[in-house]
Amino acid sequence: MTATEMYSLIKPDGGVKGKDPKLAPDELLHIYRTMLRVRAFDEVCMKLQRSGRIGFSIPNRGVEATQIGAAAALRKTDWIFPSYRDFGMALYHGVTPTEMMHTMYGNGADGAKGRQMPVHFTFTEPIKFFSISSPIGTHIVQAVGAAHAMQYRKEKHAVLASFGDGGTSSLGFHSGLNFAGVWKSPVVFLCQNNQWAISCPSASQTASEGYAIKAQAYGMPGVLVDGNDVLAVRQVVLDALERARKGAGPTLIEAYTFRMGGHSTSDDPTKYVPKKLLLEWEKKDPVARFERYLAKKKLWKAPLRDKIYAECMDEVGDAVKIAEATPPPALETIFSDVYETVPQHIRRQGQAAFDLAARKGDAAAGGGAFPL
Amino acid sequence: MATLTLIQAVNDALKTAMRDDPNVLVFGEDVGPKGGVFLATDGLTKEFGDNRCFDTPLSEDGIVGAAIGMAVNGLKPVAEIQFQDFIFPAFDQIVSEAAKLRYRSGGQYTCPMVIRTPYGGGIRGGLYHSQSGEAYFCHTPGLKVVIPSTPHDAKGLLLASIEDPDPVLFLEPKALYRSVKGEVPEGRYKVDLSTLRTAREGSGVTVFCYGAMVPVALRAAEQAAEKGIECHVVDLRTLLPLDEDGVIDAAKRTGRVVVVHEAPRFCGFGGEISAILAENCIEWMEAPIVRVAGFDTPFPNTLEHHYMPDDRRVLDAIERVWNY
Repeated sequence: MTATEMYSLIKPDGGVKGKDPKLAPDELLHIYRTMLRVRAFDEVCMKLQRSGRIGFSIPNRGVEATQIGAAAALRKTDWIFPSYRDFGMALYHGVTPTEMMHTMYGNGADGAKGRQMPVHFTFTEPIKFFSISSPIGTHIVQAVGAAHAMQYRKEKHAVLASFGDGGTSSLGFHSGLNFAGVWKSPVVFLCQNNQWAISCPSASQTASEGYAIKAQAYGMPGVLVDGNDVLAVRQVVLDALERARKGAGPTLIEAYTFRMGGHSTSDDPTKYVPKKLLLEWEKKDPVARFERYLAKKKLWKAPLRDKIYAECMDEVGDAVKIAEATPPPALETIFSDVYETVPQHIRRQGQAAFDLAARKGDAAAGGGAFPL
Repeated sequence: MATLTLIQAVNDALKTAMRDDPNVLVFGEDVGPKGGVFLATDGLTKEFGDNRCFDTPLSEDGIVGAAIGMAVNGLKPVAEIQFQDFIFPAFDQIVSEAAKLRYRSGGQYTCPMVIRTPYGGGIRGGLYHSQSGEAYFCHTPGLKVVIPSTPHDAKGLLLASIEDPDPVLFLEPKALYRSVKGEVPEGRYKVDLSTLRTAREGSGVTVFCYGAMVPVALRAAEQAAEKGIECHVVDLRTLLPLDEDGVIDAAKRTGRVVVVHEAPRFCGFGGEISAILAENCIEWMEAPIVRVAGFDTPFPNTLEHHYMPDDRRVLDAIERVWNY
């Protein structure tokens, strides 16, 4: 595995290049089901956004193998510092579509109490899926701090920090990789090179030949992997995690893939993604590729996708029903969690807002759609 | 009780915290064997080892970002930013991340950490070793902003900040590091955050101040007393969250208010104090509220003594509100 030669495991026909990781059928099918679950969640959220029932969503089509492959390498005691296009990792480890849908609606059952935009998930169970923030790259160096705490306590855990190609231009990427290199932190940096930072192609982010080679400047190995090959991604992340756990330090992985949808529901990729490229990458669909592998293992036949996908759609549909029936957060939640204890001035502002609502009625809600 | 300088009190607080809690880690630029450019961390690496007190790469964004990660994962980071003037690469980490984490995660992740940094003029440091940037940070819900002015408070407030469940920006008045001495209790004690200190009792004019301006205000108050004006000098100590009730009470005592800070006047903390008083007790005011502040210019080098409020300027303001 190197920074310039792309590592892959599943051949286009579903055969295996090199050593088959020989995962148990249950694990293989869990990977497969989670990829479809992400797809179902995407499809439903897109419809919800287009019909004005939620304000915003982030599609994942094309990058499912990178997300789920990386998640499959993690233990529950590891931490994930995710980007906004990583929620499949949480699904893989057992977060339910209902918990996620509460965040999409920002309702009273949302873990973040309706304070964040949709998709900005926070979970602590069953795996630490760190609170997503919108500024790009800030979490990369935070991941190093969390990994430093593990190292300090001599735990055998590790941290996965995930970000896109655009994220490599951020301050947090440089400081994160630099600190991790110096401290030999147990962290794995996963750059999901989906080739687009909203509308900006990779060429506008860097003049270097790819991203994995940037590892060299930080004194760590860089690994380029086929991001549409779920088992290859799992393998390189697993190897990097093992390296981290035994104290050998961080690794930068570049997963080369392609974002088949828009950046978000507010984006029209037809304005800047050449159609030819889309058609080319459609043929590399990560789900279909994994199906061919599963078929060779006699774990998959054509109707299985429809069956599992229908189950996933039902599951997500039920999540929508539950989320829609859940009332919005209480007005008090504006004023809590700023500090552990509500200070004098915020308590007063809250009281004034409650008094006003009592005298003049509640504030009128706005349209709610993210206006881009 | 030992008599210590302010910087020795900071050092004492760090040692006390580190002795009591193995999760307290101190790091930053040159804080290791050198002990910090002002010697705030002197002897820590020697006593606690280089896994407890250590140097980092030269990156403020990295220092604060890594501190956030440590804090969310169970450590008690006490990060040093060498000069407050250099904190701005970390502004995003402080404002967008540390301060908002509890809120944006619904309390699922929290960020109990301290960022210590020397601020203010008086060392001929020019534009980039002299600034007072507290107002930028006081505009940030979720952050606490603490500024001591005595050795006793420096230790007690720093220990309280390290124990605090939320992120604290601890601004140390570098002009006072070695110029003030005072009695400091041994071992652990706390000065509660969000409490004011009455530095001098009086019924004529209330002077609000903090950090390096406290001794300046007290000198001016002495001179005012010679002229028959008794000043009530209040050391704010914690700017955010502010003890608003305490501020209002102290203003009502005299009905005449001067606010002193070293930072530029426009949108400075004095504006907030003035507005709180205008909204809550304007009918008690016998005179306009007067601000004595740094000029609305960058911080000059050679002429810094003209830029920083001194007892002359504070006394002049006290006389103006007294004679109104």
